[in-house]
Amino acid sequence: MVTGVSFNEKQNLAFPPQGFSLHWFAQIFSDPEWLRALIASVLLAVTSAALAVVIALPLAWFLWRRVAPWAQVFQLLGVAPFTLPPVITALGFLTFWATSGFYGQPWTAVIAHAIFFVTLPLVTLTLGFSSIDRSLTEAAATMGADDRTVFRTVVLPLILPYVVSGYAFAFVLSLNEYIVAYMTIGFVRETLPIKVFNALRYGYTPTMAAVSVLFVAVTAAVFGLIARFGDLPRLMGAMSTKD
Amino acid sequence: MRREPARGFVQHLPVIFPGLMLTIFFIVPFGTMVAVSFFRRQQGGFYVPDFVLANYARFLTPFFGNVLIFSLYLAIAVAVVSLIVAVPFTYLIARSRRQTQVIWLVALLSILSLSEVIIGFAWSTLLSRTAGITNLLVWLGLMQAPQALVPGFGAVLTGMVYQAMPYAVLVLYPSMVRLDPTLTEVARTLGASPLKAFFTVVLPALRTTLIATLIMAFIFALGSYLLPQILGRPSHWTLSVLITDQALYQSNMPFAAAMAVFLVLVSLALVSLTMFAGKKLEA
Repeated sequence: MVTGVSFNEKQNLAFPPQGFSLHWFAQIFSDPEWLRALIASVLLAVTSAALAVVIALPLAWFLWRRVAPWAQVFQLLGVAPFTLPPVITALGFLTFWATSGFYGQPWTAVIAHAIFFVTLPLVTLTLGFSSIDRSLTEAAATMGADDRTVFRTVVLPLILPYVVSGYAFAFVLSLNEYIVAYMTIGFVRETLPIKVFNALRYGYTPTMAAVSVLFVAVTAAVFGLIARFGDLPRLMGAMSTKD
Repeated sequence: MRREPARGFVQHLPVIFPGLMLTIFFIVPFGTMVAVSFFRRQQGGFYVPDFVLANYARFLTPFFGNVLIFSLYLAIAVAVVSLIVAVPFTYLIARSRRQTQVIWLVALLSILSLSEVIIGFAWSTLLSRTAGITNLLVWLGLMQAPQALVPGFGAVLTGMVYQAMPYAVLVLYPSMVRLDPTLTEVARTLGASPLKAFFTVVLPALRTTLIATLIMAFIFALGSYLLPQILGRPSHWTLSVLITDQALYQSNMPFAAAMAVFLVLVSLALVSLTMFAGKKLEA
């Protein structure tokens, strides 16, 4: 079986070693086109992941704090884009932005990615809230804290790791995402995956391999960090049942 | 703090922003897409509001039929192979030490979230004639001359299984981890071999999860868009590729939208089938 680790090694093997000198890595940062794609990707990932968390946090809190069966609808909506084939979300946004006349604006991709990946913070946060011992918040309320104080002093510190991991999940996936980005802003500007795909048509260059290695490294590092500071088996256990 | 129904505007405030965002940017685009699927296409790449079924009628052409059959066939193949690989693999992960589990989960998550572009690029290099795995086999004396394995059906299948397998593992993982280890212990005590215990105890206990995983992997494979393009020939294109092609390059948005609606219906039917199967087996 090809495991993730051996795969990366083989990928290195597949190239002449001189192709992996730091020169090609340097090119990502020195070639204006690659650099622009890199910046576009990172900007998109940073902002869309933030927006996804901003959407997911109040919703998850509300579902945890209140008895509101009707609000479950929104939870379902939040999970839907991630479960359906991505091309559907992509085409939906394409028709939507084309009809509303905003097609090609950079921020349209931010919103598209935020909605597409809102599932991840939503699921981690729902799990996070469910792990909070309600007697803690009750104790705080008994001592006279109002909702806002309870949230700030008790809930927020407990939920913060889940916010971070939800953000990290959304960030990494946004960084790697192709089709939604392509259908929203693909003809106007390039993110890194779009750039790699376009470059594929004109033959293979070591820069692309360097970009791939960079991606693998960043992705593995982010998940490594989540594992380091969070309980990954538990996160996965709950995440997958939600799927 | 007890949970209580929200009262008044202020208490509903937290749900308003997420609700609005999801409605405006998921429900409305979705509705737009459905609407466009009934629009009439105009020469020059535009479409006008109308209510025609012509876009859906094109489903009956042999061209579309072939793509559809190939997509389903490919997705089924990917789902089955992924499941066969993922089940023993997940079982071993779930039985290993926690530290080992974490390492595997990091690796699997990394593969899962890697861009299809990069997976496609890596595999096309790996299977290529000039720098691929066949060179290694030649060097080992197992093959006469290096061969190109891309583009081809095998390459598409390999790439997609590589991508879908981690997904299948992560869907299986929770049930496997929570499975009571005493079940297999009992079987072993009663004289079953480890393999027999696995087949007669573990697999039947997880049958609901296995069906669910199969269907989830199927939907996942159905959505694959780039790998068939990078690793396959045009005859290996799937419905997802065709949708994009029609929308962006053939400028036939209504037809693309109609196919997307169709894809949604297939996916939704499968998801509800999963839920139904789950409920029935639990009862």
